[in-house]
Amino acid sequence: MRYSAWQVLKQGLGGQSGWKPVWRDPQPKPEYDIVIIGGGGHGLSTAFYLAKEHGLTNIAVLEKGYLGGGNVGRNTTIVRANYFLPGNSEFYSHSLKLWEGLEADLNYNVMHSQRGLINLFHSDGQRDAFARRGNAMINQGDDAILLDRDGVRDHLPYLDFDNPRFPVYGGLYHPRGGTARHDAVAWGYARGADSRGVDLIQQCEVTGIDIEGGKVRGVQTTRGPIRAKKVAMVTAGRSGQVAAMAGLRLPVESHILQAFVTEGLKPVIDHVVSFGMGHFYISQSDKGGLVFGGDLDFYASYAQRGNLHMKEHVMEAAMALMPVFGKARVLRSWGGIMDMTPDGSPIIDHTGIEGLYLNCGWCYGGFKAVPASGFAYAHLIAQDRPHDTAARYRLDRFRTGAGLMDEEGTGSQHNLH
Amino acid sequence: MRIDCPLCGTRDRSEFTYQGHALALARPAPDAGEAAWDDYLHNRENPAGQTRDLWYHDPCGAWVEVQRNTVTHAVTGAVLAAEAKR
Repeated sequence: MRYSAWQVLKQGLGGQSGWKPVWRDPQPKPEYDIVIIGGGGHGLSTAFYLAKEHGLTNIAVLEKGYLGGGNVGRNTTIVRANYFLPGNSEFYSHSLKLWEGLEADLNYNVMHSQRGLINLFHSDGQRDAFARRGNAMINQGDDAILLDRDGVRDHLPYLDFDNPRFPVYGGLYHPRGGTARHDAVAWGYARGADSRGVDLIQQCEVTGIDIEGGKVRGVQTTRGPIRAKKVAMVTAGRSGQVAAMAGLRLPVESHILQAFVTEGLKPVIDHVVSFGMGHFYISQSDKGGLVFGGDLDFYASYAQRGNLHMKEHVMEAAMALMPVFGKARVLRSWGGIMDMTPDGSPIIDHTGIEGLYLNCGWCYGGFKAVPASGFAYAHLIAQDRPHDTAARYRLDRFRTGAGLMDEEGTGSQHNLH
Repeated sequence: MRIDCPLCGTRDRSEFTYQGHALALARPAPDAGEAAWDDYLHNRENPAGQTRDLWYHDPCGAWVEVQRNTVTHAVTGAVLAAEAKR
């Protein structure tokens, strides 16, 4: 069924009885051309672009829980293309362009809202760094505007501009940045992949990867063995366990990242705003809740819940920047499992085992990458060579030291990102 | 999460700085080769469950090897890194 305003009207007049399930619930077939392990944002977008761009549809997406039940439903929904380094720069630029056409591509409302993103700075040195980043964004063909203090005040009058420790000097404004409805992104890609013939198989956990003579043959699952010519791993925080089934050790350590949401408030924050002197970023959802997050708890964890010290840091940062929210009540907080690489940038590559592919290492920035990651991964799987926009996301860059993408400039070590 | 510093007793996690997996104590020989160093510096078992990792206790300066569970955050033991290495 094609979604449109006309359908909404027609179904409304018909008592909403004509809507169909958005995807099928198929039994796994004994064999597929391609098996994708992981039915999150990246896995579903990979399936969608394999079908749409490469005409491949004999594909199964295996999900151990339910579609979109992992990090794609647990993030702070920010979409932006404000990266600095070659590799990341062209990749996220491509991703934002895909975002801008996504709703038309999927015929699905993902509520992509380009409300603008403002990264605040609080010192002369930080202004220089953001000016440099803005120039890199403009060179990449994206948009960046360096705002002075008054320029920020026009957009964000509610900030504490004269905080004694962290006065606001200005901000880097990225007008095309914004947010999207995270669940809808997973659902939209799932619907798009399913309607092109991809089997989305839920409650199906992969328990083994069959490899013979250096070539992948298929997978063992809780719903029986499935043969496959190609197997694509894309399991975010669980990448280490899945790769271990193929005898691989990855340059990945899984960490916890927390996020928070308040009770619904009237519209007050029109942008996505980040603090430059503590880890804190915030936007307001369409329901009115303030959605905000901080930095990693900074130790290996699969708990999906964090510790108080990071909550404390985030709340302190919020109060330093936006004391206006001091009386807002936090409804809930949660954690996601982040697949952290040593340099903080992702991996989309071959594995050294024929027919087995790897997509992981999205660190704390996987949501905005969903379209371009699926696009590039589909290209790699279908054509056995990397897409131009993701050619630098190589697995061997850590071993060789060539082509590391350390966006924060802190060093390529596990405990630094 | 609270960690048992062998010198100071049980303290809140916020007093500690995380270094990473305790394989950092098993430094390869300088000529061990690229693969050994890649494993040491980058590749991780990344277990969901029991693990051993290194923490620095900021107030007392001790390096501590902590045994804990990455899924439940339960801490089941802690020894000085110097003793763990022996």
